[in-house]
Amino acid sequence: MRDLTKELLELVRLASTDLPPDVEKRLREAAASEEPGSAARGAMDTILANVALARGNSTPICQDTGTPLFFVRFPEGWSPRSLREQIKAAVAEATKKTYLRPNAVDSLSGKNTGNNLGDEHFPTIHFEEADGDTLTVELILKGGGCENVGAQYSLPNDALKAGRDLEGVRRAALDAVYRAQGEGCAPGFLGIAIGGDRGSSYIASKEALRHKVGDVNSNPDLAALEARITQEGNQLGIGPMGFGGKSTVLGAKIAPTYRLPASFFVTISYMCWAYRRRMMTVSGEQVSYE
Amino acid sequence: MPTTLTIPIPESDIRRLNVGDTVLVSGTMITGRDAVHKWMADTFINQTRTPSGDDLEVYAAIKPILDGGVIYHCGPVVGGLDTRQYRFVAAGPTTSIREEPYQGAVMHHFNLRGVIGKGGMAAKTLQACQEVPAVYLHAIGGAAPLIAGSVQKVLGVYKLEFGVPEAIWVIEVKDFPAVVTMDAHGNSLHDGVRQQSRAVLDRLLA
Ligand code: SF4
Repeated sequence: MRDLTKELLELVRLASTDLPPDVEKRLREAAASEEPGSAARGAMDTILANVALARGNSTPICQDTGTPLFFVRFPEGWSPRSLREQIKAAVAEATKKTYLRPNAVDSLSGKNTGNNLGDEHFPTIHFEEADGDTLTVELILKGGGCENVGAQYSLPNDALKAGRDLEGVRRAALDAVYRAQGEGCAPGFLGIAIGGDRGSSYIASKEALRHKVGDVNSNPDLAALEARITQEGNQLGIGPMGFGGKSTVLGAKIAPTYRLPASFFVTISYMCWAYRRRMMTVSGEQVSYE
Repeated sequence: MPTTLTIPIPESDIRRLNVGDTVLVSGTMITGRDAVHKWMADTFINQTRTPSGDDLEVYAAIKPILDGGVIYHCGPVVGGLDTRQYRFVAAGPTTSIREEPYQGAVMHHFNLRGVIGKGGMAAKTLQACQEVPAVYLHAIGGAAPLIAGSVQKVLGVYKLEFGVPEAIWVIEVKDFPAVVTMDAHGNSLHDGVRQQSRAVLDRLLA
């Protein structure tokens, strides 16, 4: 099996320093929607200048380079174990090259490992064997500030008048956006899972963030709800950094998943404006990035 | 258009500012977060511990910088630690609310004109903003390389024993971008946005 450590290092560099075009486009639209001269507009202009600067200098877009979340789809015959070793080597090398900040902290001793390698959950790597002979590795860097404002609701929820239906999902999502205010470095993107157990629901909410910003949900009811949550989230007027303004939620992706009869979880993962997400595709000798 | 503020900032400049105004700050300021605020309060304000080591020297050095000046809640990533040719690599703001127990007293004691951080602060700081007078300036969360770029020079460092993120870094900044979110007239943008968004949420969930 071929060694992809160098290619994986490039994936990490791209993710950390070069915001994907679909995200940047959305940030530009958000900036344009804010009143010239307003604090909100100033924040968005600063963010966009920062994005360009990071790309030009090949330095991290934000000092918090987050939890590295890898999603690997590999063809039959590849070894997930050696892919894991290569990913770990690439992450450690990326830390040395300051594409990543040392972020893996032992929860008991408080000690930082210094190379972003913790245990089997850090970095987080999901493997899935897939048909065909193409290998894809997706990487999301999930910041800590926005992770802290993520939320999980167990429906029904009396205070929100949220029942076990899509209307209940809408209520939970808007409550989460309100509670987050600007603290997750708004404007942000929502990954929303419906169902699962508490653990799988959080994973599904992160997987929802693998979609491109412009993707439309294949389920028309969910597509409509995503649009409504985005629009109503913006009506809250929290704005960039919580300064007040028109852009608070830049997109929502909903992922339904199976649940127990007894449970109905709605889980919201909040992704800050620094929505760092890149993919690498290996097809024969060819390696490409998007 | 952003308002330009030059340290030391005259009182009249501060009184002219209102929440929502964008500013560009230039001049010499210091960084300080949890360890620094506690050290200032314990040693010089409440005097619950006696100065030791270089405490008095450091105090004498930072006092004129802070008079009419600015403190920045920031734990920077600093390059050049081995050669002492320090430079700020990433210098985004850290969450300010942890300094709420100390901030008002520190502002009074040193005659501060501004506090830079993120997330806003609470009632005691807002009151001090009116009395001193001073403003709370919100920097853009995540814009670390851009802010590091506005740091022209690292002039020195004190209390490096607190650790790199917690030390007192003396920096010269030019056109540091921020937004006034708490002004000297008793207004807090954070309170206002929270109340307004609550009212909208209640309507959307009615
Ligand atoms: S929430 Fe995002 S933009 Fe804000 S500090 Fe964390 S990673 Fe950076």
